Amino acid sequence: MDVFIVALRAIFVNKLRSFLTALGVIIGVASVVLLTSISNGLSVFITEQFNELGANTLIVFPGDVFGDGGGFSSEHSHAGLANSKLSQREVNNLQQLREHVSSVAPSGLQSDTIAVRNKKRKITVLGTSASYETAFNTKPTKGRFFLDSENNNGDKVVVLGFEIANQLFGKVDPVGKQVTIGNQNFRVSGVIEKKGGGFGGPSFDTYAYIPLETFTRVYDTTRIVRIVVKTKTTERLAEHMQAIRKELERSLKADEFSVVDQSEILGTINQILSVLTIGLGGIASISLVVGGIGIMNIMLVSVTERTREIGLRKALGATPNLILVQFLIEAAILSFFGGLLGVGIAFGGTLVLQAFIPAKVTIDAVLLAFGVSTLVGLVFGAAPARRAARLSPIEALRYE
Amino acid sequence: MLLTLENVSKHYTLGGVLVQALHEVSLTIDRGEFVAIMGPSGSGKSTFLQVASTLAVPTSGLIKLNDREVSSYNEIERAHLRNKSIGFVFQQFNLLPRTSALANVELPLVYAKVTANERTARDRTMLERVGLADRLQNTPAQLSGGQQQRVAIARALINDPDIIFADEPTGNLDTKSGDDIKQLLAQLHQEGRTIIMVTHEADVAKIAERLIVFRDGRILSNTKHPRGGTKKQVEK
Repeated sequence: MDVFIVALRAIFVNKLRSFLTALGVIIGVASVVLLTSISNGLSVFITEQFNELGANTLIVFPGDVFGDGGGFSSEHSHAGLANSKLSQREVNNLQQLREHVSSVAPSGLQSDTIAVRNKKRKITVLGTSASYETAFNTKPTKGRFFLDSENNNGDKVVVLGFEIANQLFGKVDPVGKQVTIGNQNFRVSGVIEKKGGGFGGPSFDTYAYIPLETFTRVYDTTRIVRIVVKTKTTERLAEHMQAIRKELERSLKADEFSVVDQSEILGTINQILSVLTIGLGGIASISLVVGGIGIMNIMLVSVTERTREIGLRKALGATPNLILVQFLIEAAILSFFGGLLGVGIAFGGTLVLQAFIPAKVTIDAVLLAFGVSTLVGLVFGAAPARRAARLSPIEALRYE
Repeated sequence: MLLTLENVSKHYTLGGVLVQALHEVSLTIDRGEFVAIMGPSGSGKSTFLQVASTLAVPTSGLIKLNDREVSSYNEIERAHLRNKSIGFVFQQFNLLPRTSALANVELPLVYAKVTANERTARDRTMLERVGLADRLQNTPAQLSGGQQQRVAIARALINDPDIIFADEPTGNLDTKSGDDIKQLLAQLHQEGRTIIMVTHEADVAKIAERLIVFRDGRILSNTKHPRGGTKKQVEK
């Protein structure tokens, strides 16, 4: 108990110095916790997004997405997206597989501008079918999604993302109003609820959804970047997948498309995220080690400064072990409070970050950071504490 | 016999040269004695103090305290011995800076594992005894030299030691404060304390009843001078 008081007093006598010493640990712990909270939040968010799709969801990508290695092969997938062989024909073919497929939602993507009177915005136009609404759980808050009949006719109707509707119309209800996409006039049939996400990339809230048939005519393209297929059952997913592959192979080569289920994609994404977490955490823990060296440095200074005090304490009956423990505790307290402050900063930082990305502090990360920072204090405090314990009382008392 | 030294030598090398700081010193000191140690610098008087108080280990020879042979004690045993049986008063006072008089005095009790409540009670009484009842919470920086040395003396007394070793206790004080400390030490001797004091001032040595002079690591003279009486040689 008394050694704690002595250690605390030594720390508080040099407040600024103690704070600067702990700063290394503070930064180290804060960055470790913050980085893990970001990647953990991302992982949870992505998992939720996929779970929303439902377990009976299969996604058809152009090209050989998974390559030979099993992971995303950037070379192949890039080429696949640019020269997609997926078209309306495949969509139609899949829709014929009534025994296996309940709905088919293709996506074509195109950048364009949208304008209402004098307001003009850059947007991403997504061409799809009416099935998109149920496949991606995109409920309109106003109006309705476009219908199969509108898609078949190639009607110029558009469903707006939440954010873009807000920017163009403000408080006015956009349903039934005219907008200009590119140089074509469209009628707004609905506005989709706020989806969020995007991670700094395009957010679904700034998308405009038009029927695929209309998309194909307006942009004079048949390219489709992905097709989301809902299967009849989840139990016979493998069987459905096999049937879909077979159907697609009638018009495409085997390396011109990939059919994946969401667990495959999730697995790959989580794998990437965990590698990222370990990598970033590793870099952040370098600052923890640097913080530990800072503690060691200041403890050595402290031992030298207090040489006479150590001599006195030994003369008055302190055993070498007591001196050792006193300095070890001082180092451990420095790094423990450094860890505490670091975790506090990480919590604050996470709250700020939550405005932009889904971050979440985990108990594991906090405990780990605490443990590691206290350990760092003990390890790097050991050498100075040993030096103090070994001082000869006479030499120490004579020290000027 | 409270303290006995038998043929105690202390050698060490300094800059590659062998220094015989203490050479075959034999000495006995009884309980209740007040002994002054004098001698020129390098005479071995400081080394004698360090070895006799177990701060340093002799190269050869025996030291007995209360009939126990303490010269072969290890570091931990010596720490406990100093804590329980020996009080120190230094020339530089050696108080902990930025720490109250009370906290300074209780330091030996902390290492003796005395509870906080009992410590405070004993510290207070001890500081009152040395005349610092109104200075309990003052830090060394807020005390005069004489007051600081009194705190140090209170600290030396707190564990009720067998011997008090004082190394130039007035060396850092002005005449007035020095006289106060001399008086306090004389009073402690009256109360039956055993004090061994190193000094280089003859008039400080006078308050002791026995004077030992060191030269070249040996005892040059060992004389008893009861106050007001004539000097006489002490039999070894």
